[in-house]
Amino acid sequence: MKHAQTAENEFHLPRLERQPFEPRALKSIVLSSITVAAAITACIPLFSVLIMLLYRGGKRLSLEVFYQLPPTAFETGGGFGNAIVGTLFMVGIAALISVPFGILAAIFLAELGPDSKVAITARFCAKIMTGLPSILAGVFAYAAVVVVFKTYSAWAGGIALSLLMIPVVLLTAEEAIKMVPRAMKEAAVGIGCTPAQAMVKVILPVALPGIITGVVLAVARAAGETAPLLFTALFSDYWLKAQEPTASLAVLIYNYSGMPFENQIELAWAASLVLVLMVFLLNIISRTLGGRKKI
Amino acid sequence: MAHPTTTLPQEAASLSQPPSKMDIIFNKSFRSLTYAFTWAMVLLLAAIVIKIGIKAIPAIERHGLAFLTTTTWDVNSQHFGILPEIWGTLYSSLLALILGGFFGITIAIFLTQDFLPHRVEVVLKSIIELLAAIPSVVYGLWGIFVLIPLIRPLADFLHTHLGWLPWFSTSLSGPGMFPAALVLSIMILPTIAAISQDAFRAIPHKTKEAAFGMGTTRWEAILKVMLPAASGGIFGALVLGLGRALGETMALAMLVGNSNQISLSVFAPANTLASLLALNFPEAAEYEVSVLMYAACILLLITLLVNIAGTAIIAMTGSGAKK
Repeated sequence: MKHAQTAENEFHLPRLERQPFEPRALKSIVLSSITVAAAITACIPLFSVLIMLLYRGGKRLSLEVFYQLPPTAFETGGGFGNAIVGTLFMVGIAALISVPFGILAAIFLAELGPDSKVAITARFCAKIMTGLPSILAGVFAYAAVVVVFKTYSAWAGGIALSLLMIPVVLLTAEEAIKMVPRAMKEAAVGIGCTPAQAMVKVILPVALPGIITGVVLAVARAAGETAPLLFTALFSDYWLKAQEPTASLAVLIYNYSGMPFENQIELAWAASLVLVLMVFLLNIISRTLGGRKKI
Repeated sequence: MAHPTTTLPQEAASLSQPPSKMDIIFNKSFRSLTYAFTWAMVLLLAAIVIKIGIKAIPAIERHGLAFLTTTTWDVNSQHFGILPEIWGTLYSSLLALILGGFFGITIAIFLTQDFLPHRVEVVLKSIIELLAAIPSVVYGLWGIFVLIPLIRPLADFLHTHLGWLPWFSTSLSGPGMFPAALVLSIMILPTIAAISQDAFRAIPHKTKEAAFGMGTTRWEAILKVMLPAASGGIFGALVLGLGRALGETMALAMLVGNSNQISLSVFAPANTLASLLALNFPEAAEYEVSVLMYAACILLLITLLVNIAGTAIIAMTGSGAKK
């Protein structure tokens, strides 16, 4: 004991046990509290948005908003049935375009030629396109569809939305196909399947949950997009006609949020509530399908 | 070949037949179909760039580079310049990146460095991911009716007491740069948090254990070991977050005030490239469309560069960490 004491004095050994209030412990505590505070602060917007939606949107929500047409300036009542139909129709078109496109390209990227030059380029393009501003998808669809057919239409809106969905579907489907065990692919080829048969009869069915997860996520993203629809589908106060301007929930919220009429603003909140519920429902579906394995 | 006495039963024969003509045709066409769609993916991006570029040519020829450095936007006299919009886009994105980056990285640390029991971690992670699921137009609505009234007292306080600073030199009259940047930071936070988490998770366990073994406190390990080790991925996350902020449209169109001016004050209204497109496109006449396409070109160029940089950074550091 005595010996240890002298050794400590000789070499100026610091005390090795942790002291509760030494500067470095204090620093640790302070930083931890900042982190907790930041995490709680970051959760506030979500809850604030949800509470306001339930409070202001829930007040206005009734059965009739689902089947009535939007009100005119000083009218009371009304609903946004046409906007719900419009959103569903345009997201449907977008899904019809992007799902086959994305999955077929994903098959090539994951299985048939993963290291070929075109696959590497396509993968890179898809990644870049996920970061493409959504308004530019609208600009492109305007130039490619609206200008050519000389009319705003649901088709143009659907095409604009599909541009945003394609890269998402493609990248998630590629990951899902890659996660199919090697042994299953080899077994399929081993019993004499052609590559296409192995793909259609074995690999795709196994990868299906993962692919659907990606598709549902892409649909959820497209349903909430406003910018690509602003000048492709425009807006309409009447029921859906695919070759004419079409209403959508997102554009309705945008248009009505700037109006000076209380009724319209209330409708905007109710439409937001419906839209967010739709998007959250899709997210929950995709999470349940995706299960525990992360893609 | 098929001797009557040795003919196999029909079923057995069909088990081992070679691929029929149909099978071979199906295989070939399936392969070429997937090949075609892979090319289509590449061509699609090229088509977007080229189409917007071609439509912009009349405006590019007429206005040239002066378009980027002048500040008037007057349809009647056909004078167009987008300097205020470029400034607004960069300024709002940068403000959002500072805020969203701080919160995003802090949350990534909180979620990956064993602060929480696993279950709470999963819940918090889902909450942050749901932030990204809310459509931007809903954030815009929330910003107009909740956020702006909420931050007005704070803005007034800062303006009256610190008004001599250029950042607070005007009062908040409603929509402005600050609420827009605030909402923008909420929107890019999930992106930054998610990619930063991946970067932290990619660090081998040994690294952290070695740091703890040397007697570091939790935060010494995080700041001096984990953060530098994850810095490549975090940098990539910030760049991709910046890419999202630059292109975000609706929340900004609703909150930024759409005023054609350059001001350092965060409470002054401003405008961005994306909201310029959103507001002017629906009513644009033929020549103005071309001018707007020119503006879209600039936006496309900026976001493409930022996104390519971000993807490349993550690809480089990601493969480096795995091997």
